[in-house]
Amino acid sequence: MTSTAVVDAPARTGSTRTPRLPSTLQVGLSRGMIELKQFFRQKDAVIFTFAFPAFLTFMLGTIYDEPAHGTDVTMSQIFAAGMIAYGILSTAFISMGVGISVDREDGTLKRLRGTPVTAGAYFIGKIILVAVAAIAETVLLLAVGVLLFDVELPTDPARWLTFAWLLPLSIVSCTLLGIAASSLARSAKSAPAVLNLPAIGLQFISGIFVHIAALPDAMVQVAAFFPVKWMGQGFRSVFLPDSMAAQEAAGAWEHGMTALVLGAWCVIGLVLCLVTFRWTERRTR
Amino acid sequence: MTVISARGLRKTYGANVAVDGIDLTVARGEVFALLGPNGAGKTTTVEILEGHRQRDGGEVKVLGEDPGTAGRAWRAKLGIVLQTATDAAELTVRETVRHFAKYYPSPRDPDEVIDVCGLAEKAGARVRSLSGGQRRRVDVALGIIGRPELLFLDEPTTGFDPEARRQFWSLIRRLANEGTTILLTTHYLDEAEALAGRLAVVARGRLIAEGTPQTIGGRSTVAATVTWRDSNGEHREETSDPVEFVAKLTARGDRTMSDLRVHSPSLEDIYLDLIGERV
Ligand SMILES: Nc1ncnc2c1ncn2[C@@H]1O[C@H](COP(=O)(O)OP(=O)(O)OP(=O)(O)O)[C@@H](O)[C@H]1O
Ligand SMILES: [Mg+2]
Repeated sequence: MTSTAVVDAPARTGSTRTPRLPSTLQVGLSRGMIELKQFFRQKDAVIFTFAFPAFLTFMLGTIYDEPAHGTDVTMSQIFAAGMIAYGILSTAFISMGVGISVDREDGTLKRLRGTPVTAGAYFIGKIILVAVAAIAETVLLLAVGVLLFDVELPTDPARWLTFAWLLPLSIVSCTLLGIAASSLARSAKSAPAVLNLPAIGLQFISGIFVHIAALPDAMVQVAAFFPVKWMGQGFRSVFLPDSMAAQEAAGAWEHGMTALVLGAWCVIGLVLCLVTFRWTERRTR
Repeated sequence: MTVISARGLRKTYGANVAVDGIDLTVARGEVFALLGPNGAGKTTTVEILEGHRQRDGGEVKVLGEDPGTAGRAWRAKLGIVLQTATDAAELTVRETVRHFAKYYPSPRDPDEVIDVCGLAEKAGARVRSLSGGQRRRVDVALGIIGRPELLFLDEPTTGFDPEARRQFWSLIRRLANEGTTILLTTHYLDEAEALAGRLAVVARGRLIAEGTPQTIGGRSTVAATVTWRDSNGEHREETSDPVEFVAKLTARGDRTMSDLRVHSPSLEDIYLDLIGERV
């Protein structure tokens, strides 16, 4: 604290001038930049977050390289397409849930609570972070699929259109659910465990880690209540030939239903966020 | 004008009464210090005033609003330095301070704040790499970046080296001169004496004394000790009016007299007395 420097102009004592507060959007965009910087500077976390789904795709794709029963599409290609759902779930749902638990514990949220920053601005920052991470993850997984397992990128614009609504709906629903789920974790240490249990469970029953045609009906019926099954099915519809629709639970791609379920989860996620979000841990209040 | 007023403030955690009926009034432009042993309830009190914790009882107004329900515009007028924080570790000092400036309607210049907080040399360093005292200076920088009308400082100088503490004091005096109202807690009695216009001692959730550094706990009326030496040896005298006593003593014109000292109780003596007596 150098004594030569002067603190500029005095604190406003009267209300001669009341400049407007920065808008939630402005602050949110600025928070997005800061979130991205903080995330990408944690090299080990970045590598682990990105590499894990790609590694699983590589392992599953290498182990199960036979054509699926009665088709000329390999199991590797089916896994590679479906694993995009896992990539989004892990970058959006898990990273978000853990990230918020960490912010709650290390004082980030408490410090923000003492400033004019709104919860909305904080969430915008998080959504920017998650969107960038989830898109990067998707690109990485597609690269693995294309380079190692001969997945063909579609040329039909209709398929890219499907991709264009499926991706944001998937990211937003997973992000909102991640925010809501962060309230379940009592500490940043327990957060990964708390969030991974439902996430991994859903991967299995939703036909991401196991081919959906191989799952018992009851399991798929339970999975149909949650977003992951629909995300996997949606991404398969984008990257696999239409003949593969027959292998799905309903024997069709069911785009309408997919959009409906994911849209519903966005709404449910938002409501859960609004109801459960807390700036600080309950025991410190 | 009153900036902070609290009446009968109460906060309990289970059976533990953290704040047990505190009354507090702080006027605009004042520097007010809260002293008290560990666990006395200082942080709890301050965090209720900041709007971080909900009180269980009492009336509170801070900058004219109830901190429990006040909104963004109210928060824009506050500066808060919490007792502990470990966030923003991956950002540099400059990035952090510049970013926080964007939250406020009329922030101070980030580079200037970095400079007055003694962080110029570390502006490009990651917060994670800073020493404890430097980390604390970042907290102070973030506390004042929004040009607050009211600044809360919870043990702001913990971990500061003696020079940094003096520099911090001059920063606080400057902020106070500019009209910022400041509420700080500290365990350093010299700090309270150097900065505070008024102070209060809290113990077990209650205010046990309040006043100026010169008068608190009857400091101005407590007996002082005068010691001196002359041809008859050493002398020691307790008096409630040392000025009068010394005047009479020197009026004798005793040429052999030397080593005349007046010892009045330090703030620390008074404080320890208060704590020892009432707890
Ligand atoms: N979140 C909490 N949950 C339970 N008890 C709490 C909580 N916060 C504070 N307390 C209790 O309230 C009392 C006052 O704590 P507080 O942190 O206000 O003390 P303090 O005066 O700030 O102490 P220090 O000088 O050590 O910072 C303590 O007995 C403490 O254990
Ligand atoms: Mg404290």
